[in-house]
Amino acid sequence: MSKELDYLSRQVTRGHLSRRDFLGRAAALGVTTVFANSLLSSAARAEGPVKGGTLKAGMTGGASTDSLDPASWQSQVPYKFGRQWGEQLVEIQPDGKLNPKLAEEWGSSDDAKVWTFKIRKGVQFHDGKEMTPDDVVATIERHSDANSKSGALGILGGIENVKKDGDTVVFTLKEANADLPFLMDDYHLMIQPNGGKDNPTAGIGTGPYKVVTNQPGVRHIGEKFANYWDGDKRGHADQIEIIVINDATARTAALQSGQVHMINRVEPKIVDLVKRVPGVTIQNVAGKGHYVFIAHCNTAPFDNNDLRLALKYAMNREEMVKTILRGYGSLGNDIPINKAYPLFSDDIEQRTYDPDKAAFHFKKSGHDGPVLLRTSDVAFPGAVDAAQLYQQSAAKAGITIEVKREPGDGYFSEVWNKQPFSTSYWGGRPTQDQMYSTAYYSKADWNDTRFFNDKFDQLLITARGELDEGKRKQMYRDMAVILRDEGGVIVPMFNDFIDATSAKVGGWVPDGNQEMSGGYALSRCWLNA
Amino acid sequence: MSAPVLKLVAQRIAMGLLLLLAVSVLIFVGTQILPGDVAQSILGQSATPQALENLRRDMGLNDPAYVRYLRWLGGILTGDLGTALSTGQDIASSLKERLWNTLFLAFGAAVVSIPLAIMLGLLAVRYRNGVVDKLISGLGLASTSLPEFFTGYLLIYFVAVRLQWFPSVSTVYEGMPFGERLSAIALPVTVLTLVVLAHMMRMTRAAILNVMQSAYIETAELKGLSPFQIITRHAFPNAIAPIVNVVMLNLAFLVVGVVVVEVIFVYPGMGQYLVDHVAKRDVPVVQACGLIFAAVYISLNIIADIVAIVSNPRLRHPK
Repeated sequence: MSKELDYLSRQVTRGHLSRRDFLGRAAALGVTTVFANSLLSSAARAEGPVKGGTLKAGMTGGASTDSLDPASWQSQVPYKFGRQWGEQLVEIQPDGKLNPKLAEEWGSSDDAKVWTFKIRKGVQFHDGKEMTPDDVVATIERHSDANSKSGALGILGGIENVKKDGDTVVFTLKEANADLPFLMDDYHLMIQPNGGKDNPTAGIGTGPYKVVTNQPGVRHIGEKFANYWDGDKRGHADQIEIIVINDATARTAALQSGQVHMINRVEPKIVDLVKRVPGVTIQNVAGKGHYVFIAHCNTAPFDNNDLRLALKYAMNREEMVKTILRGYGSLGNDIPINKAYPLFSDDIEQRTYDPDKAAFHFKKSGHDGPVLLRTSDVAFPGAVDAAQLYQQSAAKAGITIEVKREPGDGYFSEVWNKQPFSTSYWGGRPTQDQMYSTAYYSKADWNDTRFFNDKFDQLLITARGELDEGKRKQMYRDMAVILRDEGGVIVPMFNDFIDATSAKVGGWVPDGNQEMSGGYALSRCWLNA
Repeated sequence: MSAPVLKLVAQRIAMGLLLLLAVSVLIFVGTQILPGDVAQSILGQSATPQALENLRRDMGLNDPAYVRYLRWLGGILTGDLGTALSTGQDIASSLKERLWNTLFLAFGAAVVSIPLAIMLGLLAVRYRNGVVDKLISGLGLASTSLPEFFTGYLLIYFVAVRLQWFPSVSTVYEGMPFGERLSAIALPVTVLTLVVLAHMMRMTRAAILNVMQSAYIETAELKGLSPFQIITRHAFPNAIAPIVNVVMLNLAFLVVGVVVVEVIFVYPGMGQYLVDHVAKRDVPVVQACGLIFAAVYISLNIIADIVAIVSNPRLRHPK
């Protein structure tokens, strides 16, 4: 049996067998998924990286408006390219733990208000200068400045000041935060020479590849950086290239014709077709991203918790995962958190579709007449279909949902976070604290469900300063239950990240932190000889 | 050239410029009523109100609309298209390469499609109402009726994926060898040719057939010229004005209307560039692209008008 498993895992490493098929066959041989997965990664190591060649990715999410300034990153291509040429202080691993990167180690004061990061020595920038604690301080200063346009400004708001102290950088916070190291993984926080204050778009970092060509919306090319400090682990190909292919069909065709070796965002509805193409492997991994139906808890008729419960019970989650995600996803439980998060409690009862309960709560709410739901194709892929499915499942409970299709242009500035009931998505955050503070804390800018709950807020702040993991886990469980039963968010599903690779790609690591192997595919993978 | 012709030509050009000014107002107003806000689009769904306010102030978005229009128009008249809001780069220099790519693709498609269309048109007239004519018209109409994304995907599937003759991704870049460039644009050029062919061919056929009714064609027949000579020597020159008109219309389409083809083949042209910036509400770039498109459209039409005027003997030789 073990010989067969060995054989199979080598087949996967060489790209002859998909990971899913392997796990299926391993299960048939009576092996648990966890063990089978560990076999796989050891096979990948045994096979060993192959050096050289040009590794190419075809990706959606790039536009001619993209820039190399990390502060401006928002869409897939610029920051996935950024993950190859730049590095942060820490790096979140596929298992959700933190690995040291440009910081060697870190620790906090007992009250989690002062954090000290020891900065790695002997790391070179692409321009030949050595990276110093001063560069780290300048980077954090640039992104956390009140006048900054950085996408990371929001998460750095709690920093009072940041100072160099010998080999270390010391963060002093306004209030305790046990998760501060996780925030440092944010993709905007690439350490740049002097923090990028002199030239934010220079594209100079400490990563395994240096920028040689940057044509926004067209292509981005990186060349192996000879003096990379972590040389053996990352950066196997001599050159990497991202070609921006926003059209889904063109992306698949480019993979099939061998013009690129990997692509992102295979649409669920064509996954089964792509899977049948010889040599192509579908790489799907459960992530933190989820699709939401959001109701404002302070706006009639949604200010009535019975109505919100009715809307929650009227959602057929199984059907959503099956139809909208074609099975490439998992059930949501009306909380924005799933097992991909550290400190998640998996014993919270799963809410299921229950027309009777929905009808009961709807009647109890005293609301009469239709409920207006606004949606658009840009809210998430298949959002309009999902709204119609919801309309049908709610109709069985006697609830009339009126679906209004809004233009995709300006949906996120005119409808989301403005209208009382709409569809949207969240990409997930590294930690529970961040997810909750971003969208469910009463004072959050994007409290898009207008959820104001004192107990929830209090638990959030206490948990943030709590260094004992057991206690924190319990607090997060309590918060989840409050949100699930009283909140304005309906979470029908968590979507998988679905990428695809050709037979030439070796060393793919399933990593649910982001698509494309956590964003590191181009420097983690290699071209098979 | 005689005075009336010069006067007519000057009138056309003046009208064109006036039209361009009117278009500039329309473009400006149009970009103002787009839903959404530039700062929000640049910073995305995850923007904080603080960052939004900072960005708006820096971009001068708080000034009234007419001030921004006059500032913009003044810039254009002095050759300054401004800087892109989203990237902070000079628009003129980043547009240059995209415009060149678009013109290259349009030129490639024109070089193939215009001679082909006119030849096929002449052939159709020569064998009018016969099998050849019907075959040419039928195939031409069929290729035009199919939407361009459909022919594009068909070509990608058969020519790029199956046969692997030409790449499906037509990315071109500065410094690319000319041969590779041609190979890269082979598929988009084919699609565009199929799209514009029938229109030009049918117009050529109709215009020449119209002339064929004239008395002087009968004379030519009677003096014993071969049918093809009659068409090329006598009918074609007199049908040139409507043909040039439709050729220019199609040329204009090749420059301004190929965004779908650009997206399918991942070709870095103006259309894609414009769409990207519309999505980001990068108003100065949208305005600049719109104005360039309008200028191309108007000047090609002026050329068609001028050709029509100049090729008309009654206007060239007034009594």
